[in-house]
Amino acid sequence: MRPESEEQLAEVVRDTTRPLHIQGGGTRPVGRVVDGDVLNASGLSGISVYEPGALTLVAAAGTPMAEINAALETEHQMLSFEPMDHRALLGTSGTPTLGGVVAGNVSGPRRVSAVGACRDSVLGVRFVDGSGQVVKNGGRVMKNVTGYDLSKLMCGAYGTLGVLSEVALKVLPRPDAEATLTVPGLNEAQAVAAMAAALKSPFEVTGAAYDPAVGVQLRVEGLSASVTYRAGKLQALMAPFGAAGITDDKAASAAIWRAIRDVEGLKDHAVVVRLSIKPSALPELMSSAANLLFDQHSKAAGFDVLADWGGGLVWFGASARQLEICAGVMPDRDGPAGDVGGQILLEYLQSYCEMEGGHATLIKGPESLRRTVHAFQPEAAPVAALTTGLRKRFDPRGILNPGLME
Amino acid sequence: MEMPTPNPAVLSRRGRIVARLREVLPADAVIDDPTETRAYECDGLTAYRCAPLAAVLPASTAEVAAALKICHDEGVPVVPRGSGTSLAGGALPTADSVILGVARLRDVLETDYDNRFIRVQTGRTNLSVTGAVEADGFFYAPDPSSQLACAIAGNIAMNSGGAHCLKYGVTTNNLLGVTMVQMDGTIVEIGGAHMDAGGLDLLGLICGSEGQLGVVTEATLRILPKPEGARPVLMGYDSNEVAGQVVSDIIKAGVLPVAIEFMDRPCIRACEAFAKAGYPDCEALLIVEVEGSPDEIDEQLGLIKQIARRHNPVELREAKDADEAGRIWLGRKSAFGAMGQINDYMCLDGTIPVSELPRVLRRIGEMSKDYGLDVANVFHAGDGNMHPLILFDANKPGDLELCEAMGADILKLCVEVGGCLTGEHGVGIEKRDLMTVQFAPADLEAQMRVKDVFDPDWLLNPAKVFPLAASAGRRAA
Repeated sequence: MRPESEEQLAEVVRDTTRPLHIQGGGTRPVGRVVDGDVLNASGLSGISVYEPGALTLVAAAGTPMAEINAALETEHQMLSFEPMDHRALLGTSGTPTLGGVVAGNVSGPRRVSAVGACRDSVLGVRFVDGSGQVVKNGGRVMKNVTGYDLSKLMCGAYGTLGVLSEVALKVLPRPDAEATLTVPGLNEAQAVAAMAAALKSPFEVTGAAYDPAVGVQLRVEGLSASVTYRAGKLQALMAPFGAAGITDDKAASAAIWRAIRDVEGLKDHAVVVRLSIKPSALPELMSSAANLLFDQHSKAAGFDVLADWGGGLVWFGASARQLEICAGVMPDRDGPAGDVGGQILLEYLQSYCEMEGGHATLIKGPESLRRTVHAFQPEAAPVAALTTGLRKRFDPRGILNPGLME
Repeated sequence: MEMPTPNPAVLSRRGRIVARLREVLPADAVIDDPTETRAYECDGLTAYRCAPLAAVLPASTAEVAAALKICHDEGVPVVPRGSGTSLAGGALPTADSVILGVARLRDVLETDYDNRFIRVQTGRTNLSVTGAVEADGFFYAPDPSSQLACAIAGNIAMNSGGAHCLKYGVTTNNLLGVTMVQMDGTIVEIGGAHMDAGGLDLLGLICGSEGQLGVVTEATLRILPKPEGARPVLMGYDSNEVAGQVVSDIIKAGVLPVAIEFMDRPCIRACEAFAKAGYPDCEALLIVEVEGSPDEIDEQLGLIKQIARRHNPVELREAKDADEAGRIWLGRKSAFGAMGQINDYMCLDGTIPVSELPRVLRRIGEMSKDYGLDVANVFHAGDGNMHPLILFDANKPGDLELCEAMGADILKLCVEVGGCLTGEHGVGIEKRDLMTVQFAPADLEAQMRVKDVFDPDWLLNPAKVFPLAASAGRRAA
């Protein structure tokens, strides 16, 4: 099913008697596996409003991100939340769409700066709820408190409360210049301290990431002289942590942050889990999770971890071998070693978040694993009651991506 | 303004309800003496008043939960109240309601600079959140004009903004977590010190829900490092159209100022008479502020001044030091006080696409003539958040109604050009009956379903936000 207008989309949802698996470009099979008829939203496509002077853009949900980025490029503007492209990490093809990005609240490295989440850029939405009713919320202005903010509710709901048909976004001027500082050779405790120091400074860091193999990377953006000034100040600030190198070539710096954004470093891993945690918790999380890899021979080096958002966004990657070792923790559990290992890793990270705050989501894993785990962090009872209540009201028949967020 | 008829069954049980509240709250936290409940009869929208059945001032989340549970059992409507500064009547009581004030919840619970957050009880004022972290070089970004008095609870309820949200966003962009008590006394924790709350974005839903989904007692707020410095530039123009074009050109040029404020002639004159800030006598005045180190500020202001000059300003003045910066801001910051000195006024806050500024200002000028009421405009131009102040005489019969009718016409115009009824003040009772201008029945139905989930009996702040006719069935059920 591939409706080409909002009316057709509403009709499809209204008339269906079976669960629907909603798809944009199909680049991001995240969450519990949905068994249903594929509803492809890519037929709702096209930018309807773009006002560079008002920093707003309105487009149909199926519009390819590439088309939106190209339009913005001509006016020297950008999406501040620089959404991840999942294709490299997940080994998928297809075209990422606006609706998919918004449904997943996909936010990139700039999340760490003042207003950098996808949800912060969504000004309004139109969607079709589970009864086939078209609903609009928000608008196309930057400040709007007229009624409840269902636009935020839709952002990150993975289509489970409604199928997006149109999204209005706030866009931003593209910075003239950017530079990346790299502080090499830091362990996770040093890295978190270095990133905190940078983010506490007034130098407007717009990216703070950590890769154990590379070190800490910090980004500054803006007018050219200002970037030079702030990179210099940050270099001095980083001195206690090590000698920071500066990449001030714009294209080279942009390539670094594209790779961080797309989590390219974990593309060969079988299972990848994404955590949102308190940044300073990173070292303890890493060392405690490493215990899962303890086998009788030696304590392994730990999982492969990449961190962004100053340590607040953590990507855990597990190789097939690591999953096998993990599976050894619970030898009685049935199933292929890879799946059992994935279950154990995910359950461990989710119980860590339950105790320490935050949440863990399975982003990459075989379909068999995605059928046997809570891909999303289980919720405390009072929150789960609200979630269930909202699902019943917005999708009374339980047909929109049922179970995906469980 | 029509309000629902008080429930006689609740009114008749007043004594029993108060007695039950006294069982779970300290004696001085339950107010039922009519001379004292009058203090809660209105908020910043003083044209409408009604004393509540009683007021309670709990001092902990547990006390809030206990009080709400009793009200829930007794079927008593509850009106949550921060500092009572709402301009939209968000905290207006009904005669059968209990006011739940958060004024005694004022503590800072945790400050964490490494993770850049502060956790506070929500009765704390907006400015005192910044006050708690200022000495260490941090600030809390949303800065509504009422920040000296307004409470974080109210900021969350109305998703408050301020002059600096062009760069830093509004409350919802700076709220990381809440502890909230539902009407039935259930305590929920959402979000926390991590940057993105998990699951459905309940945090985004709660923020701006005008106290209708629950009472937020604690909030985790994002704090930011203070910039090295900030400096404004002032520019005056012969017409609103030209000033509107300047705003658009600055935004397009790629410099993102932290604030762009706009004042028209009536407002400039009133502010000048009141504050003597040395403003030029012209049609439109812009204050543009940028941040950074002294050199960075020079570079940004250089670009902004270039754009300003292209449009032939009648005045272009850059602050050379803190004193001059203070003088530039002085007039703007005293705008509301200045207007209050000359007249009663009604302050609207509809938001429009920035590109529509000239057209909307022209139409407001025409309406002003048609209605015979003066209008002064002062607003956050960078994000299109208008603040037309309609001047009227409260002592003149019919003037308030005339003013409200004109206000409604202005807000309809905002919606017509692609904007909204309220950018940062909230709907409250003031814009409740205009919601149908912006939303179709299905749009309102979807919003009301959310309230059905959080507060099935519609007891929390029940007669706000939604037109009474639209919510009647639910409130009666």
